[in-house]
Amino acid sequence: MDKKAYIIKIEQLNKWFDDFHVLIDINLNVSSGEILVICGPSGSGKSTLIRCMNNLEVYQKGSLIVDGIYVGDNLKDIQKIRTEVGMVFQHFNLFPHLTVLDNLTLGPRWTKNIPLKEAKDMAMHYLEKVKIPEKFNSYPGQLSGGQQQRVAIARSLCMRPKIILFDEPTSALDPEMVKEVLDVMIDLAKEGMTMLVVSHEMGFAKQVAHRVMFMDQGQIIEQNRPEEFFNNPKEERTKLFLSQII
Amino acid sequence: MSNIFIWGRKNLYPTTGQGIISIAIVSLVGLVLWNFLPWSIFNAVWVADNSDVCRQAGGACWAFIWEKLYFILFGFYPAEERWRAWLVLALFLGGILYSGRSKSWTLSLIVVWLGLVVSMMLLLNGTLLGLPTVETSYWGGLVLTIILAMTGIIFSYPFGVLLALGRANQRLPVIRGICVSIIEIIRGVPFISLLFMASLMLPLFLPSGFVIPKLVRAIVAVIIFSGCYLAETVRGGLAAVSRGQYEAAQSLGLSYWKTMGLVILPQALSKVIQPTVGSFISLFIDTTLVVIISMYDLLGAARAAASDSAWLGFAREAYVFLALIYFAFCYTLSKYSRRLEKDILTKKVH
Ligand SMILES: Nc1ncnc2c1ncn2[C@@H]1O[C@H](COP(=O)(O)OP(=O)(O)OP(=O)(O)O)[C@@H](O)[C@H]1O
Ligand SMILES: [Mg+2]
Repeated sequence: MDKKAYIIKIEQLNKWFDDFHVLIDINLNVSSGEILVICGPSGSGKSTLIRCMNNLEVYQKGSLIVDGIYVGDNLKDIQKIRTEVGMVFQHFNLFPHLTVLDNLTLGPRWTKNIPLKEAKDMAMHYLEKVKIPEKFNSYPGQLSGGQQQRVAIARSLCMRPKIILFDEPTSALDPEMVKEVLDVMIDLAKEGMTMLVVSHEMGFAKQVAHRVMFMDQGQIIEQNRPEEFFNNPKEERTKLFLSQII
Repeated sequence: MSNIFIWGRKNLYPTTGQGIISIAIVSLVGLVLWNFLPWSIFNAVWVADNSDVCRQAGGACWAFIWEKLYFILFGFYPAEERWRAWLVLALFLGGILYSGRSKSWTLSLIVVWLGLVVSMMLLLNGTLLGLPTVETSYWGGLVLTIILAMTGIIFSYPFGVLLALGRANQRLPVIRGICVSIIEIIRGVPFISLLFMASLMLPLFLPSGFVIPKLVRAIVAVIIFSGCYLAETVRGGLAAVSRGQYEAAQSLGLSYWKTMGLVILPQALSKVIQPTVGSFISLFIDTTLVVIISMYDLLGAARAAASDSAWLGFAREAYVFLALIYFAFCYTLSKYSRRLEKDILTKKVH
């Protein structure tokens, strides 16, 4: 395949937290429009890996290229990458001192100098997309977890990102709210957004993922198309993990 | 009548132990009032041409305060220019009333106060407004206290915030080291010595003929001193903002200053409103120490008034009067901070 088609290119990436080797020789390419679900036991380095992609964590060895930009220590480049790569967190991390609308317009206004009127229109557009336009004037503290996570997704969308990273977007939610968030993510997937999703929601993976990847102890153990991955896992560790979560 | 009895029983005498404490406190307050009221009100002299009347009466001599009022309010400010000082007091009260409305509670409030204090100083000095110049050495009394406190608060707050940000910054160890040293050194030194340094040593380092007014030197000392304490308060607020907030702001592509200004500081600062205002109150009280570099602020002016040979022996009245003024200020400030905090809290959490 032509190298340019990959929107994320990772070669021999290694990362340490002091002495602890948390990511070991990671090689990974993601094409534009691909939905990649990453799973693995707690502490296996899933969050750390996707946080490297927008430089929330720095890596020590190897190379990581996002949308043609090398993720290193050039501040300008990193800010550029961050405006193109959205991130949705486990604990939503909405800004509690701002209304929903202000949460959504903050990024576009202050990183892309988009005029307020335009930023507000865009925010309302995406709030409708995540199905809570009526909450635009509320504060995050007044919303349920599921609503907050949908607002957080809308906040990422307002930056018109090329890629969105999801770090266990539903694992802090009450069970009855998981579906409303997954539905929004499924819609996004169908529209062709490039998504890297750390999640144990196997239903979601089966339904929309192009590829499922299993990590353990800082290494990529196995990756495959979802039907192969779930029905026919190759590695013992994958089998063990799958038997535990299903 | 029985209502009062029930109220008293419930609130003052719920158990024998607490009842005894209540009785002790009530009798103590009663005893103080028993002695204070006759002196301060019943036997007090309110108007008198000279101190003889007061000395015969045996009560408080409020006539003395009345006689020295201008001096206590304005110090040595020239009598014929006093309207300017009145105007300054009026501006100050106007500012307080304006700030009291919850609608005014935005960042622009700092700009309003900055504008106010600049106009006050222009007015007092007069040169730029085409009025006769009054040097800062003639400013005094309540007006001087207000100027010191206002400039102190307005400038030490941003200074303290910058120090706190520098101290919290892990990526720039040099800046962090500088901020830590400033904060720790200044906090290890009493305010008086800082004032002496500013007033006596600073001129030694400046080229001869280059004079900074004593007022400015005192203000600089106040700002540095209070800024370092505020920095520690703000640091507490910064630590209380979760790491997820930094990450969310950064992952939107916001630069360091925008992350701080738009996301972190608004949260951090509103978490520490009470201790911040506590620092302002101690700054306000600390300004009285400028007396030792012979400036006549509210306290200095009152003490000078009390040592006038024609009115000797009425220092008590002066101090009671001062206590009332200081209490009014500090009480207003702390009440204000509580309302501010409540307002911010009710807005966000339900
Ligand atoms: N800032 C840090 N400093 C030191 N060690 C860290 C740090 N962050 C994570 N780790 C360690 O690195 C390892 C991988 O962490 P990571 O958060 O990437 O795991 P994860 O796969 O996302 O797990 P989980 O499913 O629990 O979220 C863990 O052992 C964790 O303790
Ligand atoms: Mg994780």
